[in-house]
Amino acid sequence: MFTDELGQGGNVTDGPDNSAGHHGGARENLVQLITPGGERVSHPQYDAWVRDVSDEQLGSLYEDLVVIRRIDTEATALQRQGELGLWPPLLGQEAAQIGSARALRDDDFVFSSYRENGVAYCRGVDLSDILKVWRGNASAGWDPYTVNMATPQIIIGAQTLHATGYAMGIQNDGADSVAITYFGDGATSEGDVNEAMVFAASFQSPVIFFCQNNHWAISEPVRLQSHIRIADRAAGFGIPGIRVDGNDVLAVMAATREALERARHGGGPTFIEAVTYRMGPHTTADDPTRYRDANELEDWAAKDPIARIKGLLERKGLLTEQLEARVAAKADAVAREVRAGCINMPDPQPLDIFKHVYSTPNSWLDRQEDHYSRYLASFGDPAGANSEEGAR
Amino acid sequence: MTQMSFARAINSGLRKSLENDPKVILMGEDIGTLGGVFRVTDGLQKDFGKHRVVDTPLAESGIMGTAVGLAYRGYRPVVEIQFDGFIYPAFDQIVSQVAKLHYRTQGAVKMPITVRVPFGGGIGSPEHHSESPEAYFTHTSGLRVITPSNPQDAHTMIQQAITSDDPVLYFEPKRRYHDKGEVDETVDPASAMSMGKARVVTEGKDVTLVAYGPLVKTARDAAVAAADEGVSIEVIDLRSLAPVDFATLEASVRKTGRLVITHEAGQSGGLGAEVAASITERCFYYLEAAPVRITGFDIPYPYSKLEMHHLPGLDRILDGVDRALGRPNSLSGLEG
Repeated sequence: MFTDELGQGGNVTDGPDNSAGHHGGARENLVQLITPGGERVSHPQYDAWVRDVSDEQLGSLYEDLVVIRRIDTEATALQRQGELGLWPPLLGQEAAQIGSARALRDDDFVFSSYRENGVAYCRGVDLSDILKVWRGNASAGWDPYTVNMATPQIIIGAQTLHATGYAMGIQNDGADSVAITYFGDGATSEGDVNEAMVFAASFQSPVIFFCQNNHWAISEPVRLQSHIRIADRAAGFGIPGIRVDGNDVLAVMAATREALERARHGGGPTFIEAVTYRMGPHTTADDPTRYRDANELEDWAAKDPIARIKGLLERKGLLTEQLEARVAAKADAVAREVRAGCINMPDPQPLDIFKHVYSTPNSWLDRQEDHYSRYLASFGDPAGANSEEGAR
Repeated sequence: MTQMSFARAINSGLRKSLENDPKVILMGEDIGTLGGVFRVTDGLQKDFGKHRVVDTPLAESGIMGTAVGLAYRGYRPVVEIQFDGFIYPAFDQIVSQVAKLHYRTQGAVKMPITVRVPFGGGIGSPEHHSESPEAYFTHTSGLRVITPSNPQDAHTMIQQAITSDDPVLYFEPKRRYHDKGEVDETVDPASAMSMGKARVVTEGKDVTLVAYGPLVKTARDAAVAAADEGVSIEVIDLRSLAPVDFATLEASVRKTGRLVITHEAGQSGGLGAEVAASITERCFYYLEAAPVRITGFDIPYPYSKLEMHHLPGLDRILDGVDRALGRPNSLSGLEG
C-alpha cells in the first residue's frame, strides 16, 4: 500500500488536510472518535476501548487539557520574564499527552523526551519540579521512582532504548507492567529508535512506542524524516502500528489502552503514531515564522484538541457553568502554583556541582572539589556567594 | 589455587557474579550459544538460561541503551562489546546516559553497568579489532575504567566491577587471554585489593615504569632485562585508569625520581599525558628528569604486518628507560 505514495516522488506530506477519509488508502485508517467539530463518531474497533469513559471522566479529561495548556502558557511567560532559561511548549499536543498518560497504571513506567510536561503532570510530578531543569537549578527535576517516570531525555530518541530495556526487565520479573516511551517524528530517523524497535520485536517486550508526529523537528518537516507514513514503518519491524488522531483525546486513550492490554498479556510492543501539530515554537528560543507557513498553523488551529472535547461536551449538554467555573478555578490555581514554585525555588550551592557524579568516593574528583572549595574560601566566604568575577 | 587462562579466569568471575546476585544479567553478541568469540562466556547460558545470558541483536547502541533500561529496573547488566573498535556505535549511550544518569538524577538512579571490552593489539587482526580506546572513557566523568593484567586480577576485578554501583568499563587485554596463571577462586572480592588501586609488581629504585593491561607483562620483562645491566626498574600496574591511584605513583616517583609511562594507545591526549602532568604537578621537586612516554603512534591502528612497530615492545621501553636515566639512547643529541 505504500507504492502509490512512493510513486509521488517524495511529495508525501502529512499536511493539514491529512484527516480521515480524504485520500483513500491507509489514511482512512486514522483512528478518530471525535471530529474537529466535536461530534462523537463511532469506530468499529476502538469504541469498545472507551465505552466505560463516563460523562464525569470526559469532564476530567477536558480539565486536564485546559490545565496543562495553562501550565505551558505560564511557563512560556516565565521564560519571557527571565525566570526560566528555556521552555519547550507543548501547545497543540495536549490531547496526545493526556489521552495516553491517563490510560496508564501507576506501575507502568514512562520514558519521555523533554516536551511531555503534560504527561509529567498526569504522573503527579510536583509542578515546580517540572520547571527545575528549565530554570537551571538541576539536570533533572524529580526522582523517577516516586512517579514511575524518567526525567526528560534531551538526546533525541535515546529513551526508546531505555524503555525497551526496562520492558525486558519487566518480562524477566514476570510482571504485567508496561513501559511507554514518547518521542517525536524527528526521532524516528535516529538509530536508537530503530534499534529499540528491533530489540522490542525480537524479545516481544511490553513496550509502547508513542510517537507524537507534530510535523516539525525544529525547522525540518516530517517528510524529510520519512518517505512513508511513520506508523507504516512499524510493520517492517513486525510491530503492530496504529495511526491515531492525536488531537482527539478519546481516540488516543483508546489506542493506548489497546496497546497496554496487548503488552500486559504477552502480545509484545505496539507503535502508535499520534498525528498532531506543534502549534508553538520548538522552544522559546525558536522562531517558526522562518520556516513554516501561517496557513498551515490556521488549518491546525481549526483542529484544536481543547475545542474538540469542549464541542463534544457541549453537544452532550455537559458543558455546564459549574464545570467551566471549576476548570477555570483549577487552571488559575495551578498557574499560581507554577509561578510561585518557580520564583521561590531555592538556588543550588556552588559545591553542589560535585555531588552525585559517582556513588562512591573518587580520588580525582575529591581533589578537585577540595581545591575549588579552598579557592572559594579564599574570598573569605565559603559559600562562594561573593565569588563573581573580579570580587577577589 | 588453580592454573587457568586469563579468559577462563574472567569466565569464573562472571559465573560467581551470576550465582551471587540474581539481578546480574549478561548481554552481548554471540555470548550465549557460542560462548563469545573468545569463549569468555563459555557455558554460562547453558547453566543460567537465556534470560540471564542474553544473545542480543547486532546493535551496540541497542545493547547499551537496553542495559540502561534494565539498570533502571534494578538489574546489574554486564555488557560485552565484541571488539574495542565496535564500541563507537554505543558511545552516545555510554557517555550521555550510562555516565551521567546518576548525576542527572541527583543519585536517584544508579547505573551499575559493567562494560566488558576486549582491547589492544598483537593478534594479527584486521582494522577495528586491535584498538585501545580507553582515553575516550577516562576523559568521561561518571565512569570508572579498569583493566586487569593477570588472571587473578581478571577474576577478582570483574566481580568488583559488577558489584560497583558506578558504571565500570572493564578493558580485557585480549592478547593475554590465553596466558595462564594461578587463580585463587575463593578470594573474596570485597576484601581483596580495591579495583581502584595501582599495584607495585616489581620493586626497584632507579626508575618508575607505569604500565597497564597487556603491557604489564612487557614492562616486567623489561625490568628483568634491565636488571642484567644493573638498572633497577620499579614496575607499577595501574589497574585503574580512571581514577588513577596517584598516591601509589607518587610514592614510587619520590623514591626513584624518574618516570616512564607506556601504553598501546596513541600518545597525544592519552593516559600517559595525564599521568605525566599529574605526577609533574605533584612530584616536581623529586623528579630528576622529564617524564618519558613510550606509546603507540598517533595513527589509525596499522595493518598487522607492521603492528609490532606501533606496539611498544621491550626494547623500545628500555630505550625510554635509558632516556629517563640520561643514558645513551636513540634520541641522544636531540633537544626536547
